Amino acid sequence: MMRLPTFEHKRPASLRQAFDLLKDSSEDSLLVAGGTDLYPNMKRRQCEPRTVISIARIRRLKRIIGNQNSGLEIGANTVLSDLGADPVVAKYYTVLSEAATQIASPQIRETGTIGGNLCQDTRCNYYDMSYEWRSGVNFCLKHGGNVCHVASGSKRCWAVFASDIAPACMAIGSRLRLASSRGERTMPARELYQNDGAAHLRKSKDEILTDLLLPPSDGLISTYLKLRRRDAIDFPILGVAAAVRLDSKGNCRYAKIVLGAIGSCPVQVAEAEQILLGKRLTQDTIESVATAAYRVAKPQDNTDLTFSYRKSMTKVYVSDALTKLAAKAEYS
Amino acid sequence: MRFKINGRTYRTNVRPNQTLLELLREDLGLTGTKHGCELGECGACTVLIGGKPRLSCLTLASEVRSFEIGTVEGLAPDCKLHVLQQAFAETGAVQCGYCTPGMLMSGLALLQTTSNPSEREIREALSGNICRCSGYNKIIEAVRLASLRKESTQHHLQIGESHSGQRSAPWSMDEEREHRMPKEFSVIGRPIPKVGVESKLTGQAKYTDDLSFPNMLYGKILRSTHSHAKIVSISKDRAMSLDGVRAIITAEDLPIKYGIMPTSEDERAFALRKVRYFGEPVAAVAADSPDIAQKALEYIDVKYEPLQSVNSIEEALSKNSASIHEDGECSNNIHKTVSLEFGDVEQGFKEADYTREDTFFYEGSNHVALEEHSAIASYGADGKLTEWSSTQVPHYLQRTLCKVLGLQASKVRVIVPEVGGGFGGKSDIFSHELVAAKLSMLCSQPVKITCTREEVFYLHRGRHPTLMRLKTGFKGDGRISALHLKALLDGGAYGSYGVATTYYVGALQTATYKIPNYKYEGLRVYTNKPPCGPKRGHGTPQPRFAIECQIDKASEDLGIDPVEIRRRNLVNPFSTSVNYLRITSCGLQECIEKVLSASEFQKKRGHLGQGNGIGFAVSSYISGAGLPIFWNNMPHSSAEVRIDRDGKATVYSMATDIGQGSDSVLSFIVAEALGLDVSDVSIVSADTDLTPVDLGSYSSRVTFMAGNAVLEAAKNVRELLFEVASREIGVPQSDLVSREGRIYFRDDPSKGIDWTQAVRKAESQFGALVGTGSYKPPNLAGPYKGSGVGPSPAYSFSACVAEVRCNSSTGHVEVKNVWLAHDLGRSINPLLAEGQIEGSVVMALGEALMEEHTFKDGMHKSPSMLGYKTPTPLEVPEIHPIIVESIDPEGPFGAKEVGQGPLLPVVPAIANAIHDALGIRIDQVPITPNKILTALTDKLKGGTGRVGPNSFPQVEFKEALKVDPPKIFS
Repeated sequence: MMRLPTFEHKRPASLRQAFDLLKDSSEDSLLVAGGTDLYPNMKRRQCEPRTVISIARIRRLKRIIGNQNSGLEIGANTVLSDLGADPVVAKYYTVLSEAATQIASPQIRETGTIGGNLCQDTRCNYYDMSYEWRSGVNFCLKHGGNVCHVASGSKRCWAVFASDIAPACMAIGSRLRLASSRGERTMPARELYQNDGAAHLRKSKDEILTDLLLPPSDGLISTYLKLRRRDAIDFPILGVAAAVRLDSKGNCRYAKIVLGAIGSCPVQVAEAEQILLGKRLTQDTIESVATAAYRVAKPQDNTDLTFSYRKSMTKVYVSDALTKLAAKAEYS
Repeated sequence: MRFKINGRTYRTNVRPNQTLLELLREDLGLTGTKHGCELGECGACTVLIGGKPRLSCLTLASEVRSFEIGTVEGLAPDCKLHVLQQAFAETGAVQCGYCTPGMLMSGLALLQTTSNPSEREIREALSGNICRCSGYNKIIEAVRLASLRKESTQHHLQIGESHSGQRSAPWSMDEEREHRMPKEFSVIGRPIPKVGVESKLTGQAKYTDDLSFPNMLYGKILRSTHSHAKIVSISKDRAMSLDGVRAIITAEDLPIKYGIMPTSEDERAFALRKVRYFGEPVAAVAADSPDIAQKALEYIDVKYEPLQSVNSIEEALSKNSASIHEDGECSNNIHKTVSLEFGDVEQGFKEADYTREDTFFYEGSNHVALEEHSAIASYGADGKLTEWSSTQVPHYLQRTLCKVLGLQASKVRVIVPEVGGGFGGKSDIFSHELVAAKLSMLCSQPVKITCTREEVFYLHRGRHPTLMRLKTGFKGDGRISALHLKALLDGGAYGSYGVATTYYVGALQTATYKIPNYKYEGLRVYTNKPPCGPKRGHGTPQPRFAIECQIDKASEDLGIDPVEIRRRNLVNPFSTSVNYLRITSCGLQECIEKVLSASEFQKKRGHLGQGNGIGFAVSSYISGAGLPIFWNNMPHSSAEVRIDRDGKATVYSMATDIGQGSDSVLSFIVAEALGLDVSDVSIVSADTDLTPVDLGSYSSRVTFMAGNAVLEAAKNVRELLFEVASREIGVPQSDLVSREGRIYFRDDPSKGIDWTQAVRKAESQFGALVGTGSYKPPNLAGPYKGSGVGPSPAYSFSACVAEVRCNSSTGHVEVKNVWLAHDLGRSINPLLAEGQIEGSVVMALGEALMEEHTFKDGMHKSPSMLGYKTPTPLEVPEIHPIIVESIDPEGPFGAKEVGQGPLLPVVPAIANAIHDALGIRIDQVPITPNKILTALTDKLKGGTGRVGPNSFPQVEFKEALKVDPPKIFS
């Protein structure tokens, strides 16, 4: 039986209590919501916090308010199955719904939260292993060592950020609200992340991600495609979140493609916007975007299947995603 | 803290780091909730929390105290099965039963929220629950059946409430089944739910880790963190000084070597002086709690001096590589070689009109039985050791415990509780089984060791990675004139069953096709990886893949239909093969006809459109090894049947039910023989004190061998009753039948005597009513050294058609349908037989497309259920099992095996279907998406569109032993 290390468990009932606890113990403490990402890591001794602060009891974080016209405010404690089942999300923010319903397994989706998914740890074939396994290859940059087994000689960690929700959020231009005893701030979802597998979150330790803020839908058409070996349980080894808004002539007035699970943070295909804005989703423009995505995708050999395969799939999946959007646009 | 579980309130203290799984199982004794990974990757621990299916292994107990919690124990509070449980029983959805509680919880959650769920919705709802036995089809069927009944009867679906649902007829039969039912039997051939299914459905069934004893210690094994290294020192003083540590042992405490094959006893419970694979046991601790045991391991200081690691067949054979076993003839890393030639292969190739040579590689794979290995040992003041273990081979475990611990057989009792799947993975002797015993002897306390999933990947004994070079000569009409197979097996660090495996790779080719000239050269090497051993099909799926793919290629080259070319080569019933295999009953022709017509293979082949394809393959397998592992003249299986005063019968057999249903098969055979209802027969199995020897649940031997033993025992005890009955009703014994609780005159059923009455009269006359029986196969070995592997008292046969849809831009392969016809001699129970077929199909599908037990620099690449890919309900096709009965003359009621054989043709059928779909050949499993794309790219560039090994190392096999074909060879 794999067991958790010992820790002190705190269950604040309000954000204020949580802030106080964070202030007291932020160095050696970790936040947890559903725990489906943190507890396996703790069982493998990838981290052994002295204090685990559970925000699961904070009711204010479990709500979905607003509508497609005003935008939605989704509390960080909303579980993934609720997000996936929300009819407004499914209809107007499809990418998010499709991402949520494909995560892991039904059981994990009943437990895991949006906030947890957005703040999940990065993953690597050399990191998500038991303490004994990691000691056998020597501890890596990600945890307690100074080598990278993925890219030897690398000064930085190449662990992969395998969130499905994050690229979906970024594709539709969502913002995030973070709160701490110092106050609140909001920022575009993309700004939460940086391309360093050992420190991928740009969030200070005393901050709590409280809400996901979706913009007004405003004709958004979006989709999420996920590559993995099995259609359940597995993490993505490539995620493609695609969103467009079309004008009355069918030209793109908004376009975003974000790739997940190929780097230490989600990768926005900047060229997609340049290619698509003012243009229709034709086979040619779709091809160009797919090629641009292929160029920026630089997966490493540290997940399931080979990195060259994952890179080549970027093109196929982006193309498929945009083709799907074109068909949806036609239909609507 | 207060918890509300299954409608009851529990008050208990919890630790902050305690998961709900630990609370339920360890503190509250609710062991119905299982664990298969404890990391959220298998679904076995699913419970309902506030009505939602969640994983108790990832849920802190303290987080859920305000919720209603539902576990499997709450489903049938008044001992009446819930509508969903009833559906599981009737459809045969339960095999080992280990995934069942989790499946029930996920299924229940679906039924509570969705009326009339579609098949897709059911698959989705169960997609987080891994099952390795069933192939999922029957579980999906069960959930659908329950949903239909729920709609019609408004069954309650709340956990913890009493159900008013009536138990309907114990089992129901559709008309088609009723029609097929043999009229001469009351039990045989009927879809009766398996023995003990209720206990597995209610969480009452006890698997080894579910047991605990007063004053029990927890053992844990320290494993090597090097794949090849000298052990310089082991310091245990610091660990020993921890409070609650009771003993620490190393190789010095268990120095005696052992091995399942008497010819390669090369293992010790702990590595001595050097370690040979990452994860090899080095030391072990017994402590008062699991946490203390874990801490103590961290305090044991082992100093290693790393050695060069040998990671592949090529490296093992290289002169420059380190030697893994220095001693004896294995210093060159070669564990076993086999070179046999039957007939004249050179001449056979000369006579061929067409010869082709191909190279294939079959990757290693693990069994991933959902229950992690576990053993509890208890050594008493009377000098007697009792061990409970999740093993397939209690007899061999008893023998090895005696040998390694220096105990008399009378002082060792092995008991096998319920086993959560085996597939060959529990048929060897494992370190933890010996270590628990030694620790218990040292501490005079019971000691439990349960392995983690990662440890299970290290103790392995799974499929050998095998590189094969296959050369076959064909006559113009497609008949094989000669076949030469060369095989290199990557055996890992120890022998295990490897000697047998090396033979098996070469042994059974001739049981499917008539091969007049046959040569086999096999070689097993040691590498610095966990030892390989037997997995479902033991050494035969690899060459089957090679041969069935090659014959498909040959059929194209020769312009002969792929079915026809096989038909022209099939073995004949009641014939002898060139290597002296005695073939008896053989329904292969019928398997082929049935599978072709059900699948419409001929109509579909080549006509399914781009990306869609259909493939075909055939195979054969043994019904038990004809010779025992330890050479002796003893029966392979003995049994007793006792009849009590009240007329009920009890069967005693050491055969081990690992989920395949041997308890059921043996009980049903006895019920039929005695004419009793199945509920009047109970079974005591797999206990070395109570049951006569059966060699174990391996080599597909139990139905045939233990079946014959219990049948003989039943007949022998029946004879006593017939003697009494004969006298009472004045009819000769030979004219009596026993059926439906009566013994009567065959020609006039009104002349008879009530069974119970006969029992009473017989007991008053003879005393205790006990019949004994045993089975020993006829002497089947051929007249040559090495003929011990391959002979079997009967062979099963399979034919398979697989239909696939391939995505040529992603390389993704979806297996849509699999038709599998299997000649099992006689179907003792169609539910169990179909379950074996369906489970085999899905295990094969995993090997064909995704399962890879692979290493990098001696490190296991994916020792977890997330990293190692086994199919989920979303990957499995619709499976169409077809039972073919050839009524074997020597099998019990004509029965043969069905547990392993159906796996064999599936892998090549899928590979051949991919060829039909895309025109490419993948000669290497698993057929991953990258391989498909590589082959397509190659084809696009004008290449052959083949991916597979391109070379075969230069190996000097020893000179082949030439064996003349048998005179009666046909």
